[in-house]
Amino acid sequence: MNDTSAVRVWLLHLGVVAALFAAGFLLPDYHRGVFSRVMVLAVFAMGYNLLLGYSGLLSLGHAMFFAAGLYGAGLPLYHLGWSPVPAFAAGVAAGGLLALVVGALALRTVGVAFMIVTMMFSQVVYLTTLYFTTWTRGEEGLVLPPASRRLALGDAVVSLSDPAARYMVALGLFAIVLLVMLRLVRAPFGRTLAGIRENEERMRMLGYDTFRAKLGAVVVSGLVCAAAGAAYGLMFGYVGSGFASIQYSILPLLWVLVGGAATTLGPLLGTAFMFYVIDYASGLTTAWLVLVGAALIFVVLFFPKGILGTLRERWLKWLP
Amino acid sequence: MGFGPLLLLASLEGLVTAATLALMALGLSLVFGVMRVVNVAHGEFFMLGAVVAWAVSTAFAGHPAVGFGAALLVAPLVVGAVAFAAERLVLKRLNYDPEATIVATIGLLYIVQQLALTFYGADARPVQPPFSFRVQLPWFGYSGYKLAVVAAAVVLLLGAWFVLARTRAGLVMRATQYDAETAQAFGIPVGRVYAAVFALGAMLAAVAAVLVVPVSQAHYLMGRDPLLLSFVVVIIGGLGSLRGTVVAALLIGLSDGIISTLFFSPTLAKILATLIVALVLVFRPQGLYGTAAR
Amino acid sequence: MAALIETKALSRSFGGLKAVDAVDFRLDKGEIRAVIGPNGAGKTTLVGLICGRVAPSSGTVLFEGRDITRLPAHARVMAGIAYTFQITSIFPKLSVADNVALPVQRRLQARGHLSRRALGEGVAGALAKVGLADRAASMAGSLSYGHQRLLEVAMGLALEPRLLILDEPTQGLSDGEIENFVALVREIAREATVLLIEHNMQVVMELADRITVMNAGRILAEGAPADIRADRAVQDAYLGTVDHG
Repeated sequence: MNDTSAVRVWLLHLGVVAALFAAGFLLPDYHRGVFSRVMVLAVFAMGYNLLLGYSGLLSLGHAMFFAAGLYGAGLPLYHLGWSPVPAFAAGVAAGGLLALVVGALALRTVGVAFMIVTMMFSQVVYLTTLYFTTWTRGEEGLVLPPASRRLALGDAVVSLSDPAARYMVALGLFAIVLLVMLRLVRAPFGRTLAGIRENEERMRMLGYDTFRAKLGAVVVSGLVCAAAGAAYGLMFGYVGSGFASIQYSILPLLWVLVGGAATTLGPLLGTAFMFYVIDYASGLTTAWLVLVGAALIFVVLFFPKGILGTLRERWLKWLP
Repeated sequence: MGFGPLLLLASLEGLVTAATLALMALGLSLVFGVMRVVNVAHGEFFMLGAVVAWAVSTAFAGHPAVGFGAALLVAPLVVGAVAFAAERLVLKRLNYDPEATIVATIGLLYIVQQLALTFYGADARPVQPPFSFRVQLPWFGYSGYKLAVVAAAVVLLLGAWFVLARTRAGLVMRATQYDAETAQAFGIPVGRVYAAVFALGAMLAAVAAVLVVPVSQAHYLMGRDPLLLSFVVVIIGGLGSLRGTVVAALLIGLSDGIISTLFFSPTLAKILATLIVALVLVFRPQGLYGTAAR
Repeated sequence: MAALIETKALSRSFGGLKAVDAVDFRLDKGEIRAVIGPNGAGKTTLVGLICGRVAPSSGTVLFEGRDITRLPAHARVMAGIAYTFQITSIFPKLSVADNVALPVQRRLQARGHLSRRALGEGVAGALAKVGLADRAASMAGSLSYGHQRLLEVAMGLALEPRLLILDEPTQGLSDGEIENFVALVREIAREATVLLIEHNMQVVMELADRITVMNAGRILAEGAPADIRADRAVQDAYLGTVDHG
């Protein structure tokens, strides 16, 4: 809480952002492409982490929020000719709205029931994307043409299909969400969520409306995950049902667990690590999901705090 | 075919679904009831049962009943052994923490599914039914084997009820379910009971798979839908209640059969069914019978 | 004297058992009131009904004349009723300072002037009152049992309640700790009304302005300590079975 540690924390996070900025110029094309994806998916993981790590709520349905952003942005862009900025806003809004409704229902349950209910709501969203095949083309998906994915910034036009520009846009989104998250978890709201995670009954008897606080967390989480989904669709030009499937609910869970739940930088680390592991493995075998499975079991058995969580426990106590 | 006969056909199909679903959901429910954990890999035990059944039955030449009979013995044993090993190596070390167990069984799901893809392949393969005769009704002929599946499931469910309600093994299980600590104090080896229950749950899924595979073929992704349906059955029926499980399996199986045969888009039906079940869990977590999933 | 809390025909049953049975209870502003009675008499259920942890089967609860029967627990806390748990209920994995910061921040939020400085001052003040200021940076779970009880009370105090409910606060404390505790409650009582469930009769006799004796879900007797001590019915039902020094 003291000032030197606050300075150290902010310096660390700004340093990470600066390093990623420099990497945008230094990385070879392939890895720059990978990192564009990793940063957007890390935003997804950060949104997930707000619930799993900081609030202690394990959802198995976060693909629905990613998909809400993806389709909320992709459909109006594809069918109505919206430009990327309003489309992005529509995606984020869709995610927030869905999170509000799902949260209000699912938070009436706890523990295992919460996991299953979120999984089922997500399944409903997935099936809905399949049902409206006329507009979504289901599993095959929609390819958003590059011409529709241009940002007009004054006179300059930034094309989201240009790899260098894409990297910087991804970094911009990542940096904003990272710093907002850092601010949030160190603010009274973050302390409130930690209190609920540790002892919800006590929080109620300290005057907290815990349902409202948790609903707030679900909505913020939904907004962030939808922002990731919307950005992903706009940047990589593809919107498909696969992103709404259960697998995309499991992946953020894995990324956060590997990187370290309830750490601000864990989602980035976990996403990057697993992305490279899977990238390497899928070169060897089509059954690369075996590795995902093995990683899940390995982490819960031997490494339940993840990479940064373990570091924090052993050495870096000040890490947020 | 008129509407009446069509409805009868749909109901028969639904009954077959209900029969296998009840067996599979009973396994899931038993594991949850006694161990208080949710096994997300349950669908993969079902799939593994079907794949082993295919492997065993193709290994036997001669009359299909021989291979099928062998599969009915071997598949549950193999699957039970896999489940037993998973329980001892993973779940036990997680202390049956509900959330860690779900994450770990998701991992197990991916491993089993992808290993099946690697070693069995992506094709759907049929298994010969042990006998093939048709029951001739006034409007259509119906597979005698499918009726036999229903009969077999009824026998197995009655057997399960008998074991749970009337034998010492069932008593031990119920005691462990009621209060594991006290059971331990009374000399019940809780750890071994858990391993046995987990294996038994998986074996029920495997038996269901062997019964159903002559009708539906073995495929490495075949565990997914039955897993979701079993969740639905267990939730609607009330976790840990045999009677509720059977009633809910009938309800879900019949409506699944009738809806997909007679009515609108199966996707829409699935959407509505999933939504309804989620809302049941939200507003009536104790299901029809039994206790809440808390 | 104005009533702070008033209950009218308040009942709560669990299954067939009437834990609290048509209780009319009145607590005046500024009192230290002790509730005593044998185990299972309904003491914890009664205070649970007052602070909102337990929902009543029937009857009403008034707080300063206002009907709060339907108010959820968290709203009652904000109205000024704080409860400290019988079994120590803290946030073991958070620091001592964070444990106290949670109630302080809630109080400041409700009054609309949450600032970093006000929060810091509130935390320091509450910890100083119970003598835990030097432990602010420790993990709450690493404190000794006696200190955890004090932290629990500090969390209640940090809400600046008008009514502080203490559920068996001295249970498990050493004699020295109990002595400090009695002094602390006296200090608290200058600003708040205190309702205390307590088994230690010495503490009760020393602290309470009035005593309510419960038995089998009903109020058996009520009065000043001396009267209760002299009451034959109370002696039969309760005091005779307990060592009261």
